[in-house]
Amino acid sequence: MRRRVVFKQKLLPYLLLAPQVAITLVFFYWPAAQAVWYSTRREDPFGLRSQFVGLENFITVLEDPSYINSLTTTAIFSLAVAVLAIVPALLLAVMADRVVRAATVYKTILLSPYAVAPAIAGVLWLFLFAPGIGVVAYVLQFLGIDWNFVLRGEQAMLLVIIASAWKQISYNFLFFLAGLQSIPKSLIEAAAIDGAGEGRRFWDVVFPLLSPTTFFLLVVNVVYAFFDTFGIIHAVTQGGPAKATEILVYKVWYDGVMALDLGGSSAQSVILMGIVIALTAIQFRYVERKVHY
Amino acid sequence: MADVRLRNVRKSYGDTEVIHGVDCEIADGEFVVVVGPSGCGKSTLLRMVAGLEEITKGEIAIGGRVVNDIEPKDRDIAMVFQNYALYPHMSVFDNMAYGLKIRGVPRSEIEARVEKAANILQLKPLLERKPRQLSGGQRQRVAMGRAIVRDPQVFLFDEPLSNLDAKLRVQMRVEIKRLQQDLGTTSIYVTHDQVEAMTLADRLVVMNAGVAEQVGPPIEVYERPETVFVAGFIGSPAMNFLPAIATENGLSVGEARFRAAQRLEPGRNVTVGVRPEHLELDPASPTLRVRAELVEALGADTIVHGTLAGAPLLARLPGTQRVVAGDEVPLRCAPEHLHVFDGATGKRI
Repeated sequence: MRRRVVFKQKLLPYLLLAPQVAITLVFFYWPAAQAVWYSTRREDPFGLRSQFVGLENFITVLEDPSYINSLTTTAIFSLAVAVLAIVPALLLAVMADRVVRAATVYKTILLSPYAVAPAIAGVLWLFLFAPGIGVVAYVLQFLGIDWNFVLRGEQAMLLVIIASAWKQISYNFLFFLAGLQSIPKSLIEAAAIDGAGEGRRFWDVVFPLLSPTTFFLLVVNVVYAFFDTFGIIHAVTQGGPAKATEILVYKVWYDGVMALDLGGSSAQSVILMGIVIALTAIQFRYVERKVHY
Repeated sequence: MADVRLRNVRKSYGDTEVIHGVDCEIADGEFVVVVGPSGCGKSTLLRMVAGLEEITKGEIAIGGRVVNDIEPKDRDIAMVFQNYALYPHMSVFDNMAYGLKIRGVPRSEIEARVEKAANILQLKPLLERKPRQLSGGQRQRVAMGRAIVRDPQVFLFDEPLSNLDAKLRVQMRVEIKRLQQDLGTTSIYVTHDQVEAMTLADRLVVMNAGVAEQVGPPIEVYERPETVFVAGFIGSPAMNFLPAIATENGLSVGEARFRAAQRLEPGRNVTVGVRPEHLELDPASPTLRVRAELVEALGADTIVHGTLAGAPLLARLPGTQRVVAGDEVPLRCAPEHLHVFDGATGKRI
């Protein structure tokens, strides 16, 4: 049993907590507060003075067609990434679950993409698909497909979706495999004796028991697509062509750092923060209700 | 209903053979209990009948049809698992109905059959609940219900009562026996509990280290165990085994002399088995005297622990006896209750 520790001094427990609290304050609350502060102000062109403008930045952002466009792009992008990262991961996990010999080798190979940094993954896919020099691009041209993601928005979108999903498959695979291994074998055997073939066993027994895992991964993957794909997009398309792959987090960076619209960019990041908090809240409420056993 | 025939059934994992050729014919409607210590291969044998383990060699036939290469779902069997294996996300009704739904049984008939099973097992008020809302005994009943709604040719039970507490186990044991008698379905029941084995079985299969050491009705197995293993496994407290040497007119165990029912060539080394309950107090003409080292008074019986010829000896005397530790206890055993086994092979002589 773990014993509860009682501190004699009043100060010590706070001192022990301090490093964690300091990190959270410096790297989360401070920037978040700054973002909220800047989102209500307008800077002069030289960054010397700023004035309070209330919710004006928010109104401008929400009325801006390019923001709405980015919002749609993000929705399509993150949903596609989530689906494309979850379905193959589930398939791989089901297959890896059956492997008896050298199971660790398969697992290690399947997990390795997770260790690749997003920007490196982006460059990897960029090389494969680059018109003119890419191996896959060459094959696509050979098959008669007019492949040029540098010019065609939908192709660029497809590429960043694939690259982003590829990296996340490993993570999802790990969770699905753990989920599959926690399902008692006798349940599958009972279903087999009840007359269910392999397909029905999966859909009637395995999949429902994996549903908490699946939902958890859906939310985690959407959040991943919202934020962590910045590196991939920056390396592969820089949000182009013609803003076709400019997701919200990329637009925040572009408008703030490149276009120097600090107020507008801050308003965008406050909205983004709201979206993610809402998503997380939904996750916690849903997952807690949805656990079967 | 169907008979089950096992012919020289063997199972190997790689080079290791774990079941060394089991033969057994189970008649239609018979209740056969496979009993043995853990690791003896009894569950593996059952899983081979179910089709969950491949049969390495030999043949299993259900209702005259060889099922070696037939999928579990096409063998027309139902199995009750040790951990119940209920589908946690389905209600009790759906758990029982699942097998029927898959087989395309019409909705109205499913409802009728589930209701009938629920009535038999007193599950009527629980049909809408999920397995996690049920107690151990209720889950056990749902698992049975799932088996009986299918009306299979054979029931397979894999230690179904070992997760229940002692009191519930006795109650469920009686329920299973009654249910099987009413339904008359051929059943194979695996357990390590000899009381379950003795009370449930029409016929016992006693397994040890992958071999069926003896097959027979429980009382026959108790009265005429074929090997030292079976003799020691069936019966509680376990049979006493004493090293003995055959003499002209009986057996000699250290100082003690027994009259034997059969004649053996003098000088042969044998093992004599005596059940504790077959030793009687006999102050007039005792065959052996044992110093009581420990006395357990259970009310209904008094169990005396002693030592004879270097081997531990237990005597189970009826009722309450005035015996205390340190007493010399005069005992007698009728010759027909002596079991004589070959000293080397452990086989009955």
